[in-house]
Amino acid sequence: MAAKMNTGQIAEIAGPKKANIFPNADVAANLISKAKRPLLVIGSESTTVKTNDGDLVDTALRAMKNKKVSVVATGHLVGEFRKRGVEKAYSMSIFVLGKHLSDPEWRGFDGKGPYDAVVFAGFPYYMEWLVESGLKNFSKLRTISLERSYQPNAEWSLGWMPEPDWRETVDKIVSSLEEGK
Amino acid sequence: MANKNVKLKFDELSSALGTFKGLEIQIGRIVDEEWEEPMGPTPKPSVGTLRSWDRKLLGRYKPFYMPFCDLCCLCTYGKCDLTGDKKGACGLTMAGQQSRIVMIACCIGASTHAAHGRHMLNHLMEEYGRDTPLEVALNTNVEAPHVRLVCGIKPQTIGDLEEALDYVETQIVQLVAAAHTGQEGDNIDFESKAFHAGMLDHVALEVSDLMQIATLGLPKGDPEAPLAELGYGTIDATKPVIMCIGHNVLPSVDIIDYLMDHDLFDQVEIGGLCCTAHDMSRYDKRSKIVGPISWQLKFIKSGIPDMIVVDEQCIRTDVMDQARAIGVPVLAASEKSCLGLPDRTHDPAEAVIEDLVSGKTPGALVIEPSKVGEIAVKTAMAVRKRRGENKLVNLGELSEIASKCRTCMECIRSCPNTLPIMDAMVAAKEGDYRPLAELNDLCVGCGRCESACPVDLPIVTMITQASKDELINEKYPIRVGRGAIQDVEIREVGSPIVFGEIPGVVALVGCANYPAGYGDVATIAEEFLKRRFIVVTSGCSAMNIAMTRDEDGQNLYEKYPGNFDAGGLVNVGSCVSNSHITGAAIKIANIFAKRPLRANYEEIADYIYNRVGAVGVAWGAMSQKAAAIAAGCWRLGIPVIVGPHGSKYRRMLLGDKDKEEDWKVYNARDGEEVYVGPVPEHLFYAAETLEEALVLISKLAMRPNDTSKGRAVKLSHYIDLYKKHYGAMPDDLHLFVRRGQDIPFTMKDEIVKILEAKGWVEDRIASPDPTLLDRLVRRRE
Repeated sequence: MAAKMNTGQIAEIAGPKKANIFPNADVAANLISKAKRPLLVIGSESTTVKTNDGDLVDTALRAMKNKKVSVVATGHLVGEFRKRGVEKAYSMSIFVLGKHLSDPEWRGFDGKGPYDAVVFAGFPYYMEWLVESGLKNFSKLRTISLERSYQPNAEWSLGWMPEPDWRETVDKIVSSLEEGK
Repeated sequence: MANKNVKLKFDELSSALGTFKGLEIQIGRIVDEEWEEPMGPTPKPSVGTLRSWDRKLLGRYKPFYMPFCDLCCLCTYGKCDLTGDKKGACGLTMAGQQSRIVMIACCIGASTHAAHGRHMLNHLMEEYGRDTPLEVALNTNVEAPHVRLVCGIKPQTIGDLEEALDYVETQIVQLVAAAHTGQEGDNIDFESKAFHAGMLDHVALEVSDLMQIATLGLPKGDPEAPLAELGYGTIDATKPVIMCIGHNVLPSVDIIDYLMDHDLFDQVEIGGLCCTAHDMSRYDKRSKIVGPISWQLKFIKSGIPDMIVVDEQCIRTDVMDQARAIGVPVLAASEKSCLGLPDRTHDPAEAVIEDLVSGKTPGALVIEPSKVGEIAVKTAMAVRKRRGENKLVNLGELSEIASKCRTCMECIRSCPNTLPIMDAMVAAKEGDYRPLAELNDLCVGCGRCESACPVDLPIVTMITQASKDELINEKYPIRVGRGAIQDVEIREVGSPIVFGEIPGVVALVGCANYPAGYGDVATIAEEFLKRRFIVVTSGCSAMNIAMTRDEDGQNLYEKYPGNFDAGGLVNVGSCVSNSHITGAAIKIANIFAKRPLRANYEEIADYIYNRVGAVGVAWGAMSQKAAAIAAGCWRLGIPVIVGPHGSKYRRMLLGDKDKEEDWKVYNARDGEEVYVGPVPEHLFYAAETLEEALVLISKLAMRPNDTSKGRAVKLSHYIDLYKKHYGAMPDDLHLFVRRGQDIPFTMKDEIVKILEAKGWVEDRIASPDPTLLDRLVRRRE
């Protein structure tokens, strides 16, 4: 099911510049797929967020099948990837990551150059809000929020939607990424 | 010591110049020098004096800003949109604005502590005399490390503290002026000013606590300070209950004195919330500590208090509404928080009591502490009688109330921790109250859910009512705040801390805005107590540490001693007692290392930064005061970790461990500039999870001065915690192992393999006599 355009999303708005809302999952999928070096940032709440794959960690693991997608787990979440047999997820504090991402000289985890799209999911609302505020103001990065709530400081956000709709939307986005592997 | 405003009057004075009649001489200040230590380089530093030191730190730990608001609306040019690289009408950038806000927050915090100190100083000098000796800690000569370090004075009486407070107040005015439109514009200079506010804050904290210790008979650095009672269940609601809320203990002291003088302690319950409660228990352990700030709203809403006394700081600004809802009066005891009440300070006590008991007035402002006791006690007794058997709030059947829930999710949206309140309501509709009760331990007690609820459900009261069985049994011992660390304790632990054999000092301080309940603080404390760190604590954190028991029914205060040594759990006391924690670090530099203390800020901070493995943790940091306290730590080179909500301070100070050029120090032995690795890696850091914090605490305890034995001990804790919580070996060990002897013996094979893979070379990371200060180089080669 596609996400609906809703310009009346309730959120804590920081200022005039606020996130565009994806009109549907295809647009989100295209935007992420078009990126040459996308980075998927997975937050500490991912194990409690249920998706069609199981939880958000499982969904991230599916996204990683696309070789161009790098995944970084924040907090101590990388342990969860390792428990599930995946070693290639990176680990970094969300704010240290934010600082690196706002540095145009940063070459990324693999040293191959800056990322051109950073996708966030699985965070406490306010933490993602804050780090995306930092990136909105101090970087030129394309930031994308896949949370169920509207994240106004991202460049693009899914916007609030009922849980079943959100699950389907995320599933569609990740399936699209998986197909593009 | 300096004496202010000395007046000499002569009826008749004969001298070689002639005879003078009716001669009066007034002198602003006489310096009566009894301190043989020479004055250091920076007595009473002005806003810019320590700027170069701050810039050294800020060069390593560059700010990462996360604006809360993209606009500036402080002048009539505005609103100015500062998003991205835009500038305001005054020319200010977003980075400038964010650092300005950080500085303003630190100034608010420092002002609050200084104003608290000023109120106490004026009152206590009047009551006890300005010549009251400053006897504040047993076996201690360095009575006031911050005052000595910053101001260059050695106070001997409480009156001597006035000079320090005068200095603090003068400097805060300068700082606030810098925030005016068209003044400071550079973000790093704003950050330096925030550090300055933090340094001033610790002086104000120290002044405030020392004078109350000296005059009120609070414990004087006693590791075996008595145990007091803490918890909701310690209050006997059948008695008249006086609830004291805030931080300034003077009104509460008068209540306790009144109860003692009139032999009423057994008939009236006096309990405190927040730091006033700490200081009440330090004054008389029979007073009860209800709990931290997060218990405030819940406890009032329970209907247990018969009289609410608020002094200053961390009181709910809607306390009048809350008190009115349960039908009890409020006594406001500070001009800083008048709450719209009539000033009854100079009215006869009986008239005030009559009006409060009859409900003619919902409260009164009484700003003279010595008048509070009688009014509070007599009012509480009469109100208790009036309220009869039904004083406790009972909402009736919760399922009926919950049935009004529209499941709109506004409660969840407004909750700082996104707690599943709506789900609990849905369960309650069906008569299952367990989910509601389970929210109690996780709720920070802000009440935003009630405010947001479109059908005005009394959510907080419902949670409290659902968990009443647990609350009634909430009784814990807590060691009352002991105050300062004794000089003799510093002598004992100075060497093992500085050389790293005691793996670190963890300070668990601050408020109760926790992400997942109060149990996390006890978890952190116990983890590091078991690992033989020194754990010091204060404020709400010290209370929450008490609120967890093991299988044998013991809490951490019962299991660990209160001395400042490896494996000790040291409750220093209230917010103002935080100065003793940083004061202990200063004393290590002075007493153990014999570094000159007097007005020698840079050198002492440089020593602490490079040698003392102290880490501040404010897991529930909430206030501007907490920001100021943290800023005081930063300037001393002590890293601070906050919980997830601490990210809302909107600026982190983060090191870049991979930039080798950032981690160079001078070797004081020969002046060579050498690479020492990223220790400590960050100066201000918000952890996303408890597990992340546990690992980081152990990591940030590393210092360039660690001996190989000390570094091996610290690395073993870091690696052990990392493996436990991240499921693998850390990938940055090559940045912390300097030579083979640094490697923890039991992990050698594993570590060597990692080091080889990283191309590690022995002794590329140096072990110098580290300093950031060129002037401390003893000899150049």
